[in-house]
Amino acid sequence: MRIGYYPGCSLHATSREFDESLRATAVALDVELAEIDDWSCCGATSGHATSHLLSVALPARNLALAEEQGMQEVLAPCAACYNRLASASHSLREDAGLEIKIKEILARPFANTVRVRNVMELYRSLIPQITEKSAGRLKGMKVACYYGCLLVRPPGVLAFDDAEQPTSMDEICRATGATSVDWNLKVECCGGAFSLSRTASVIRLGRAILEDARKAGAEALIVACPMCHSNLDFRQSAMTQSGETPMPVLFLSELVGMGLGLSARDMGMKRHFVNTGPIEKRATETAAQVAAEAAAKAAKAAETAAKATAQAGTAPAGKGVA
Amino acid sequence: MARIGVFVCHCGENIGRTVDCARVANELRDLPGVAHSVDYKYMCSDPGQSIVKQAIREKNLDGVIVAACSPHMHEKTFRRAVASEGLNPFLAEMANIREHCSWIHEDREKATDKAIEVCRSIVEKVKHNVPLETIRIPVTKRALVIGAGIAGIQAALDIADGGVEVVVVEKDPSIGGHMSQLSETFPTLDCSQCILTPRMVELYQHPNVKLITYAEVEEVSGYIGNFKVKIRQKARSVDADKCNGCGACAKACPNKKVPSEFDTGLGTRTAIYVPFPQAVPNIPVIDRAACALFRGRAKGLKKEACAKCREACSREAIDYDQQDTFIMQDIGAIVVATGYQLYSIGKDQPAGLTGYGEYGYGTIPDVIDGMQFERLASASGPTGGRIVRPSDGKEPKRIVFLQCIGSRDPAKGIEYCSKICCMYVAKHTMLYKHKVHDGQATVFYMDIRAAGKGYEEFTRRAIEEDGARYIRGRVSRLYRDGEVIKVQAFDTLSGEPILMDADMVVLATAMRPQPGIQLLAQTLSASYDQHGFFNEAHPKLRPVETNTAGIFLAGACQSPRDIPDSVAMASATAAKVLGMFSKDQLEREPTVARVDVSLCAGCFHCERVCPYGAITHLEIRDRKGNLVKVVADVNPGVCQGCGTCQATCPSKSVELSGFTDEQIYAAINALVL
Repeated sequence: MRIGYYPGCSLHATSREFDESLRATAVALDVELAEIDDWSCCGATSGHATSHLLSVALPARNLALAEEQGMQEVLAPCAACYNRLASASHSLREDAGLEIKIKEILARPFANTVRVRNVMELYRSLIPQITEKSAGRLKGMKVACYYGCLLVRPPGVLAFDDAEQPTSMDEICRATGATSVDWNLKVECCGGAFSLSRTASVIRLGRAILEDARKAGAEALIVACPMCHSNLDFRQSAMTQSGETPMPVLFLSELVGMGLGLSARDMGMKRHFVNTGPIEKRATETAAQVAAEAAAKAAKAAETAAKATAQAGTAPAGKGVA
Repeated sequence: MARIGVFVCHCGENIGRTVDCARVANELRDLPGVAHSVDYKYMCSDPGQSIVKQAIREKNLDGVIVAACSPHMHEKTFRRAVASEGLNPFLAEMANIREHCSWIHEDREKATDKAIEVCRSIVEKVKHNVPLETIRIPVTKRALVIGAGIAGIQAALDIADGGVEVVVVEKDPSIGGHMSQLSETFPTLDCSQCILTPRMVELYQHPNVKLITYAEVEEVSGYIGNFKVKIRQKARSVDADKCNGCGACAKACPNKKVPSEFDTGLGTRTAIYVPFPQAVPNIPVIDRAACALFRGRAKGLKKEACAKCREACSREAIDYDQQDTFIMQDIGAIVVATGYQLYSIGKDQPAGLTGYGEYGYGTIPDVIDGMQFERLASASGPTGGRIVRPSDGKEPKRIVFLQCIGSRDPAKGIEYCSKICCMYVAKHTMLYKHKVHDGQATVFYMDIRAAGKGYEEFTRRAIEEDGARYIRGRVSRLYRDGEVIKVQAFDTLSGEPILMDADMVVLATAMRPQPGIQLLAQTLSASYDQHGFFNEAHPKLRPVETNTAGIFLAGACQSPRDIPDSVAMASATAAKVLGMFSKDQLEREPTVARVDVSLCAGCFHCERVCPYGAITHLEIRDRKGNLVKVVADVNPGVCQGCGTCQATCPSKSVELSGFTDEQIYAAINALVL
């Protein structure tokens, strides 16, 4: 499977571990990520806060490049990039006047044929492979899936999952053997781009999210957005009161990678602010336990099989035991 | 040579402002076949009509054209006038120079030219008009009412009181509908059951009413005045003639844990049950899906797994082998009163809607809907009228109501306003305050729509006297935090986000038509809108009729309605039905399709395209009785004169009287040649 890849600025900078873990799992799952040549900024929040035209033109340029380079689908792991690319594509489909204007600005052929995907859609399509390759390696690990605001909204544009009660990330986590806990704040706001301008709000919102996940018994919070990750991981020390165990915040790709047995080092997990050592250790333990259980089961099966053969040996002749 | 009279109307300023009516009359006068042509200020007025009548008399006219408004407006008026002079009314036609000309143009010169063209075209058509005779069809004076909620009951009683037989079909074991589930009603707070149950009994005992409960309309054929209706009487498993309603069977039933539909799942019932104590008829029914005996049979058990109800019955009324039966009825008019269902968020989502996962309905036990609150507040409800939390039975001290759940939300729900929720939420806050004196009710609303007699005063009372707190804004999320429900919202008046604790949350969910209503509409050949509500023939002038002759509407099957509206509509429908039955024969416009049997090849394309099912098969036999061919025939009682068959017929053997190809071509030729 080959898919276009639009890493965006975050995956080359603050969220390099998202990029590295995603590439590592892609190799393990036989997916080729073809990075769009000469990609540029999606505009992000600044783009659409400045001008609607700009906020469509910037993503459209990248979609046009992808089209030129023969891609039918483009994976945009960053939630903001994904939202911008998908929204731009949607606006162009809905608004013929805008489409004409954008084509003029781009000054290159553009038919708006590329479909924009996020990591949840990619992994969801690979659930059978993940289930098979991970063999339940993370069995018993409890995680809280945090979708945030951008990945599933607005519902008219991003229709791959329910906007208020999404489940696709939970399904992917379960494929690794992990348990996704039932909790309340899976689509709440993390404060987004206000991390610098209104830090206090980000801390208040982040604390509520972490507290609820902890209350639900989660050992780790799973995210698929660089902004959520930086708010909840980088600012977590300010959100946690003394005595509380820190909550590792993992990218979905990191959890899938752990499920597939990839090493934390290959996935760049050392870059987290909250120490991921304990959760890595926990993954090793669950893997060992699952392996031991599997071995015991295999041994038992072998024993039963041997017994059956032995009995078959003593069975009367002429019953077809060749 | 034809002798046609042309009468050009100024319609006051409406036409006269843009069209030079005198010039129109002058130019038309010179047209071959036009014997008389005049203009007048108001042709539809009494003196105007006299001008037409006088001209027919004096000029011996054989055709009349009134150049005025749309035929929808005054065709009937002028045809009546023409008929009074002994001329066949179908020799008179309207030339529409108002809606099609003066109202939409500004240039007087050009508009006048166009008006002349329009009139010329109609003159040519009228030259080919032939006299047509009104169709008379017999009428069976018996009405069918589908659904016996308050609308159906009211319609049936009014028709029956008018001295006409009524057959009432109700799909549930008891009549009464949603109104029987309500606690008190707005804006007077009178007890719903107290005003409804006497009507139910009245219906049951009315000599003109034949009540068929636990039954559904299966097939409808025929046409206005002459419907044949097949009704499926579902198997009750109880012989209604023997049963005396003592209730011993329900007492004996071992399965007492079936969620009660009547109590919206908040209470339980037995497998053999009467939905509620005041049910009419008071005859139980066995819920075969919940009954041990039938479940055993389904599994293939030879022995009867349970027969406790039969043992308990002293009248041998229990019949485990009862089958569905069919009842045929000849019916003249049908009233649809199938009512509504509440938008069931989280459970059976309407197709294409993704719903309201953020409210946790179905997962948080203390998030309930409006009907569930009614049952909690009702004296006959599962808690005996105590308002308590379904989760732990504690009295909620902080209760939050959310309005417009599903309604007025094109993004996630449906566009329309459900109309009743503003009022019943106000009522709920009052009922709550009257029972939980130290409790606080909070309402989140978009707008308060309290248009109706005493309605605004009622909502004000809820706020001012009973202390309900109204916050304008939407709730974005409900979630559990231990025992409380966190309500996350936004106050759009103060611009502040809100996070408040609630013990119980009530969702005022949207009103939707009953499931299966589309199928019923198709059975009746009646049309419905994109939401599944039945379409009325005209939103203002024919609100209780459908476009299918003989099918009438009452209550919430047509749009969301409260009790006063439903009852008013039911009485209006009854008046329509009685009016129809006041004649022994029904008169229909003769503008229906006719088949030329000598040309018809029997391909039946017309049958496939006819939206009203008016095409029948006619066997043509020779003198010896041998079948020559089978051709199409039009049932004039059903045909609505739409002309689709005429447009479809490959051999041109179907023609719409009054709109034949000859007439239409003549009209077109006048314009283009």
